[in-house]
Amino acid sequence: MSLSSSTTAIAPGPVVEVVALTRAFGPRKAVAGVTFSLGAGDCLALFGPNGAGKTTLLRVLAGLLKPSSGSARVSGIALPAGADVRSKVGLISHHTMLYDALSPRENVSFAARLYSVPHVSTRVEDSLRRMSMLERADTPVRALSRGMQQRVSIARAMVHSPQLVLADEPYSGLDDSGARALTALLQELRAVGTAIIIVTHNLAQGLSLATHAAVMQSGRFVRYDRRSEVDVTSYSTTYREALNSGE
Amino acid sequence: MSETISAAWLIARKDLAIEFRTRSAFFSAVVFALLGLVIFYYAWDPTAVSVTDLAPGVLWVIFTFSGLLGLHRSFGIEAADHAIDGLLASPVSRHAIFLGKAIANLIFVAAVQMIAIPALVLFYNLPLGDVVGPLIAIALLAAIGLVVVGTLFSAMVVNTRLAELLLPMLALPFFVPIVIAATQATAKLLSGRPVSEADAWLKLLVAFDIVFVAACTLAYPFTVED
Repeated sequence: MSLSSSTTAIAPGPVVEVVALTRAFGPRKAVAGVTFSLGAGDCLALFGPNGAGKTTLLRVLAGLLKPSSGSARVSGIALPAGADVRSKVGLISHHTMLYDALSPRENVSFAARLYSVPHVSTRVEDSLRRMSMLERADTPVRALSRGMQQRVSIARAMVHSPQLVLADEPYSGLDDSGARALTALLQELRAVGTAIIIVTHNLAQGLSLATHAAVMQSGRFVRYDRRSEVDVTSYSTTYREALNSGE
Repeated sequence: MSETISAAWLIARKDLAIEFRTRSAFFSAVVFALLGLVIFYYAWDPTAVSVTDLAPGVLWVIFTFSGLLGLHRSFGIEAADHAIDGLLASPVSRHAIFLGKAIANLIFVAAVQMIAIPALVLFYNLPLGDVVGPLIAIALLAAIGLVVVGTLFSAMVVNTRLAELLLPMLALPFFVPIVIAATQATAKLLSGRPVSEADAWLKLLVAFDIVFVAACTLAYPFTVED
């Protein structure tokens, strides 16, 4: 996939700008006053225990949930917004979001058409090839392994060359070669100016891609660092200390 | 507007492709409709009730309940592995998603009707004569009303534990005016009355369709906001 030629123009200024963002479900604040910003090519690795609010934050940025208070902007457009923002975002989840009766080619083609991608068949082939799924492109998704389904899901999320990629545990289910392909793809996306937020429980994997790292607990960022300020070898200790301090 | 229509058609085609592959809901609905016809046929005493009195009721009872099978599946295919998130995160409007689902459901119900109506005519030896055209119009008008209401409720209940139970409980009361109008109009036609005598019921169906297509399309986005 020729990312440099296919990625849509990156708007000047921050790709993501989040200020005091809160998302509540009844009395419980899943995201509580989170503030950060990411420029083109930045990657935020988001760590935290289950229930910390990581997925909720990503769902707000994807336009699937409305913020309760605070503000969030994607490419300068305030959320919640319409098609103009959603067309710039690619969402990868631990749920594949695929139709299991359809083939990988049909699933990715459907997504490409939803996003009005030009030259659909070429882009679909490129996306599937990138995730090494071209050989199984016409097999029904239900007949594929969990890891292969996750590869197709990633191809689906990337087919429209998003400016912002929201990746919620994207490595779940992937084998070594799938993980390597995903890492290479995310690095390539960063190189062409795509901003990335990646949620993972694997600290080393997250930090290998990140320009920023955050630890989230009880809806808040209890630690936020530039990658250059982080000592990778001792980050697991830093992570545990951040969680303890946030309790 | 044209973007909404083309996105809706894209979603409808996807739903129909899935149904064509699996055929699970369609076969269930057709079998249900044919079984209904058979059961009513053997429970029927032709010396007590004439065929033209019985057939309209039979027709609309089987359409209503067989249609529910497809309507339940409509958003069920989106619930598996959170495919609905992929749709909602895409740039297509919520209205296009609803209309796409409704179009696919309408084609589904129409396909069931295309098998059930000839079967009814054969079983009950109905004298259709020149009422085929108006009967198709009634079937289509009623199907539009049933489908838009059922599609909205399907979206509302899909994430609940008792979706299969809740959908008929919520939708059937709203189906009542459509089924009454469709049954009455069908009865007039089958008993040999002129189409003009069914005018009032046809107008009611048209009014119901206009109101509920608009209302359900506008209401759908609220069912996916939390």
